[in-house]
Amino acid sequence: MAWLSENGILVGLALLDGLSYAAAVFMVAVGLNLVFGVLRVLNVAHGSLYAIGGYAAASIGLFAASLGAPPWLGLPILLAAAVLVGVALGPVIERLLLRRMQDREPVLQLLVTFALFMILEDLQKLVWGVQPVVFDAPLKWLGTVDVPFGQDAIPFTAYQLYVLPGVALATLAILACVLRYTLTGRMVVAVTVDREAARAMGIDAARVTMLTFTVGAALAALGGALAAPTVSLVPGVGASTIVLSFAVVATAGLGQIEGAAVAALLIGLGRSFAVYVAPEFEVVVPYAIMVAVLLFRPQGLFGVAETRRI
Amino acid sequence: MTRRSETLFALAGAVLILVLAYAVPWLRFVLTIALAKGLAVLGILLLLRAGQVSFGHALYLALAAYTVAFGAVLVPEALLLLPAAALLAGIVGLLIGLFVVRYREIFFGMLNLALSMVFYSVLEKFYALTHGADGIRLPPVTVLGRPLAGETGEWTVLGIALVLALACGALVRVALASPLGEALAGIKTRETRLDFMGVSPKRVLLAAYVASAVMAGFAGAIIALTTRHVTPALSYWTTSGELVFIAILGGAGSVLGPFLGAAAYELTRVYAAATFANAWQLVLGLVLLAVIVFAPGGIWGMITSRRRAA
Repeated sequence: MAWLSENGILVGLALLDGLSYAAAVFMVAVGLNLVFGVLRVLNVAHGSLYAIGGYAAASIGLFAASLGAPPWLGLPILLAAAVLVGVALGPVIERLLLRRMQDREPVLQLLVTFALFMILEDLQKLVWGVQPVVFDAPLKWLGTVDVPFGQDAIPFTAYQLYVLPGVALATLAILACVLRYTLTGRMVVAVTVDREAARAMGIDAARVTMLTFTVGAALAALGGALAAPTVSLVPGVGASTIVLSFAVVATAGLGQIEGAAVAALLIGLGRSFAVYVAPEFEVVVPYAIMVAVLLFRPQGLFGVAETRRI
Repeated sequence: MTRRSETLFALAGAVLILVLAYAVPWLRFVLTIALAKGLAVLGILLLLRAGQVSFGHALYLALAAYTVAFGAVLVPEALLLLPAAALLAGIVGLLIGLFVVRYREIFFGMLNLALSMVFYSVLEKFYALTHGADGIRLPPVTVLGRPLAGETGEWTVLGIALVLALACGALVRVALASPLGEALAGIKTRETRLDFMGVSPKRVLLAAYVASAVMAGFAGAIIALTTRHVTPALSYWTTSGELVFIAILGGAGSVLGPFLGAAAYELTRVYAAATFANAWQLVLGLVLLAVIVFAPGGIWGMITSRRRAA
């Protein structure tokens, strides 16, 4: 316990950091999971949507600030940017590309999203350049809070303490309710479970797919927009985000919304503890967790084992 | 396409490579890299036959490249370093293979991805040993006691790559036509049937996996000897994606596909990088999309379908 009392603040900081980090990762991973459910494609370009969401939020935010917009407007701008990116890119990508590939081999479908990733990555460099983009107005506006931790108090930004986890929790709650209790949500679940049967029941699977993809894209963009005030955006941020969300989705099990939240929390906390304890292993920890989970539960923490068909 | 015409194609290709390398000196470097990548893609082809996509074979590529870079300090003999690097890649492939062949499709791909990302961050973070993102310069290397440098050095590495490519190509061609190859295809169509016939799908996939690791090892060693500089980027997931990209670009139908694909890829990359310095990735992405949409059989598929039509 001597170690804990000496390093209490570190543990507390790691906890808080992990929580806010997990929130952003969850937003991306849950969208990826939803999209995989209906399309059966692991969308490699999902990370690019995260990056574009972040960049768009930062540019719009900086532009609004240059026009003299009050700082509280920063938060709605983040949300608006995410919706904008999702609605602008989601239907286009789904309609023009993924829908055409639906009957092709899974390998080819995966590669289509890889091609899209390469294209979006360069487009993003052409639009926003390679210099880091920083937009931290919402972070500064909300200031810091002293979080009591034992006898100590840890100063932590209110943005990371309330906004990030708050939005993630709200997303989780809304998604869970929509999927369980609304007609549209039930249709999404139906298409996820069995596309053919759902169509036979009169569900417009194509419409459901487009809707889900758009929502997934908007969630990725929202993850990026929310993370934008806490990080500086650089090229390559999409590439590193997508592999992390892959780890979250595989750990959680495919098609699991709540599972994605738990896995994001596990991986987020694991990573932030690694940052404070053994920074060399920061990048390794998420995958170590994933490998450990898959070793004992090949279908993921919450995944349902598929019965083998003969 | 008969075995004889494929052999003729391969020999004609080899001659063409030598003529091009002689006529256009700067192509020597590009063609050596293309042959190396073709070797690695040959392994991807084996796994694709089983319907499995690895998004992590850059691990073996980078492992072998770093083995050459570190080993050259102790034993600066290329003809010893090359097999040693491939052997190490094979051993690591066996160990990892024992674990990953229990998984299929998305989980197989993601586990490979995760392990290669772990290796990537080890290379990047242990600065004292690996010089991080800067990478390591290769110390001078000899072939049969004579220094591997200058124009003769380039020709030597190209020759080694060409011999290895022909040998591995022939081996894979034989393997694919053997019961092992049929069993691999069986994993893709319906694995349970293999079980019923008393064939262990895991063991079949493991054999293919180890072979693919060895070939990626050869590729990594040749790349290290050609570029004389190894960096962690060799093990980043986009490098693995590139290998899968080349497999589809060249066509998964023949062992010639990987080499056609690799040559086309490297040449496109060189020209795209020269013409659109900031958007070569975008160009490659568009090429990949075009191939998937218009020529699903890849370059090899285009050649054979034209012959059939004629």
